[in-house]
Amino acid sequence: MNEIKKNNILIKMLKASYYPILALFIALILMAFVIEFMGYDSLNAYKALFTSSITSLHGWGETLAMAIALVFSALSFSIAERSGLINLGATGQLYMGGIAGILVATNFEGLPSVIHIPLVLIAGTLAGGVYGSIASLLKNQFGASEVVTTMMLNYIAMHFCTYLISGPMKNPTSDLAQSKSALSTAVLPILLKGTRLHAGLFVAIAAIVFYYVLMYHTTFGYQARVVGMSPTAGEYAGLKIKRNQLLAMAIAGGMAGLGGAIQATVIDVRLAIDWVGNLGFDGLATAYLGGHSPIGIGVSSLFFGLLLSSANKMQMLAKVPSSVVYLFQGIIIILIVGRRIFQLGLFQKWKMYYVNKKSAATDLREMTLEREELNKSDSLGATMKKGDNKLWKIF
Amino acid sequence: MEDFLISVFKMAVPLLLCSLGTLFSEKAGTINIGLEGSMLTGALFGALGSYWTGSPYVGAVIAMCSSMILTLLFAFFAVTICASQIVMGVAINTIATGLTISLNRIFLTSNGVVRVNGFKNIAIPFFSEIPVIGKVLFNQTLPAYLAYILVFVTWFVYSKTDLGLKIRAAGEHPTACDTVGINVIRLRYGTLLYSGIMAGLAGAYISTGQLSAFSEGMISGRGFTAYAAVIFGNFTPFGVFRSCMIFAVGMGLQYRLQAMDTPISYYFWMMLPYLITIVALCIYRNRSNAPKYSGIPYAKN
Repeated sequence: MNEIKKNNILIKMLKASYYPILALFIALILMAFVIEFMGYDSLNAYKALFTSSITSLHGWGETLAMAIALVFSALSFSIAERSGLINLGATGQLYMGGIAGILVATNFEGLPSVIHIPLVLIAGTLAGGVYGSIASLLKNQFGASEVVTTMMLNYIAMHFCTYLISGPMKNPTSDLAQSKSALSTAVLPILLKGTRLHAGLFVAIAAIVFYYVLMYHTTFGYQARVVGMSPTAGEYAGLKIKRNQLLAMAIAGGMAGLGGAIQATVIDVRLAIDWVGNLGFDGLATAYLGGHSPIGIGVSSLFFGLLLSSANKMQMLAKVPSSVVYLFQGIIIILIVGRRIFQLGLFQKWKMYYVNKKSAATDLREMTLEREELNKSDSLGATMKKGDNKLWKIF
Repeated sequence: MEDFLISVFKMAVPLLLCSLGTLFSEKAGTINIGLEGSMLTGALFGALGSYWTGSPYVGAVIAMCSSMILTLLFAFFAVTICASQIVMGVAINTIATGLTISLNRIFLTSNGVVRVNGFKNIAIPFFSEIPVIGKVLFNQTLPAYLAYILVFVTWFVYSKTDLGLKIRAAGEHPTACDTVGINVIRLRYGTLLYSGIMAGLAGAYISTGQLSAFSEGMISGRGFTAYAAVIFGNFTPFGVFRSCMIFAVGMGLQYRLQAMDTPISYYFWMMLPYLITIVALCIYRNRSNAPKYSGIPYAKN
C-alpha cells in the first residue's frame, strides 16, 4: 500500500517536472545556435558555464549565494500568482526591503548579533510587505490593475532609493552615491570561506517550507488557490477575495522585502545605485520554471543561480557576453508559458489522427463483439422476429 | 524658455510615437508590456544601421523591422498560443535586454563607444522664421514631424474610420466581433505589429536622434512611461497626446532642476510620471475608456 503511494508521488513529480526539463534542454539547444550565430564556440561556452561551477566548491558557494536571492523574489511572484494576482513589483519590494534592512543594520551599534540580525530581517519583511500591499489596496479600493501599479511602484522605489543614498542616507566619507556599510553585528555570517555563501541559506529553505505550509496546509492557502484558479468560483463559495488577495500581496511583498534585506546587508553590504538590477524579474523566470511549486522553485533557483553566478566566468573564458544569460531566461519563460505551442499544427494533427484512429478502432471492436454476441445467443430469424434491427445497423 | 520648449518637444517624440502605436494594440485588447524591449531593440538596431550604412534613415527602417520581428514573437504567443500576455511581455523585455547588451558588445563597443550619424533637423521654409514657435515646432527632425502629424492621423483613424471602430470593438467584445465576421485574431496581430514598428522607430529616435550613440539599458523605463501615457490619456488619441506632453514637461524639468538647487530633490520629479499614472488609474475607475477584454486572450472555439 505504502509502496503504491510512494510510486504515485514519484509519478506525480515526474509528470510535473518532465516539461520544465524538456524546456530547459530546448532552450539550451536554441541558445547554442544563438551563440554560434554570434560567432562564438557554443560548446566551449557551455563548458565554461557549467564545469567551474559544478566541479569546484567555490562555484557551488557562489551558485547557492545567488540561488538564495532568487528564492525570495520567486516566492514573491508565486504567492501572488497562486492567489490570482500578477506581482511585477518584486523589484520595488526588494528595494524597500533593502532600504529598511540597511537602515536597521547601520544603526543600533553595540546590539548583539542574536537580536540585530532578526531585527534587520523583520524590518525588511515589513517594509516589503507594506509596499507590496499598496498595489492590492489600490486594486481593492479603486480597481487599478495591479500589473501597472506594481510596475510603476518599481520605478518609484528605485528613484526613492537613489534619492536616499544621494541625500539623507549618503555615506559622508564617500564621494559615490552609496549608504554607509552595514555593521558587522547585523550581517548574516558567511558559511563557506572565500565565497559569498551565507547563513541566509537557512532563511531561504525556511521560506520555501513556509510557502509549502502556507499554500497547502492553511485555510488561507486553500482559499488563495481557489481564488487564483477561478475568482468567480471563489466568490460564489463566499470567499472574501479582496481580503485574501490583500493578504497574499502583503506576504508576497514581505518575501521580496526579506530577500532585499538579506541581499543588501550580506551581499552588497550597502545600498548603491541600481543595486537590485534584474533580480526581481529573474525571480519571475525562476518561479515559472519551478512551476510555482515549493520543490520546483528550490531546484530552479539553484539552476538560475548557477547560470547567473557563472555567466561572468563564461565571458572570461569563452568571451561570450554574459548577458546571453538573459536571452536564455527569456526563452525559458516563453517555452513555459507558451507550452500550448506543442498542441498546435503538426502536433495537434498527429494527436488527432492518433486519437481518432484509436477511438475508431474501439468502436469497431465493440460493434463486432456485439454482433458476435447476437450471433451466438440467437439465430438470425429470432432477432428479426423480435423486431430488433440492431444487426442490420452494423452493415 | 525657448530652449526648454525645444527640449520638451524633443522628449515627447519617442513617447508619442510609442504610445500612439500602443493605443491601437491596447484598444484591440492586448496588453504589451514588451514595449520596453521593443524600444530597446529599436534603439540598438537604429544605431547599428546608422553605423553600418551611415544613414540614420536606413537605421530607422532596420530598427522598425527588428522590433517588428520581436513583436511578432510576442503576438504569436499572446494571440495564437493564448499565453499570459503580461508574462510574455516580461519575457520579451528579458530577451531584448540580453540581445541588445550582447550585440552592443559584439558590434559597437568592441573598440570604444561609437558615435553614429543622427537625424538632421529639417527647417520648414517660411514657418520656421516665426519667432519662438518656428524654432520649437518647425525646425525638427523627420521622426518628430511624423510623431506630431500622427496625432491627427491616429485621431482620424481611431474615431472616424471603419478600421478604428473594428479595433475598438475587438477589445470591447471579441466574441460579438467574431459573430459579425470581424477577424479578431488578424486585428490583434495587425495592431500589435504596428505598435512594434512604432516602438522600434521611437527607440531609433532615442539612440540616433537624441544621443547619437547606444548605451546599455538606455530606454530606462520610457517604454513603460509610454504605456502609462496611454492609460493616463484614457485611451483616446488626444488624451495620449496630452499625457505625453505632460510627461515630457516633467522630464524636461528634471534636467533643469538637476542643474539648479531646488528644495525638492529632483529624484521626486523622476517619480512623478509613475505617481501620476497610478493616480490616473485610480481616478478613471468609473469613466475609464479601457477595453473590457484587455489582456484576455481570445480563443476561437
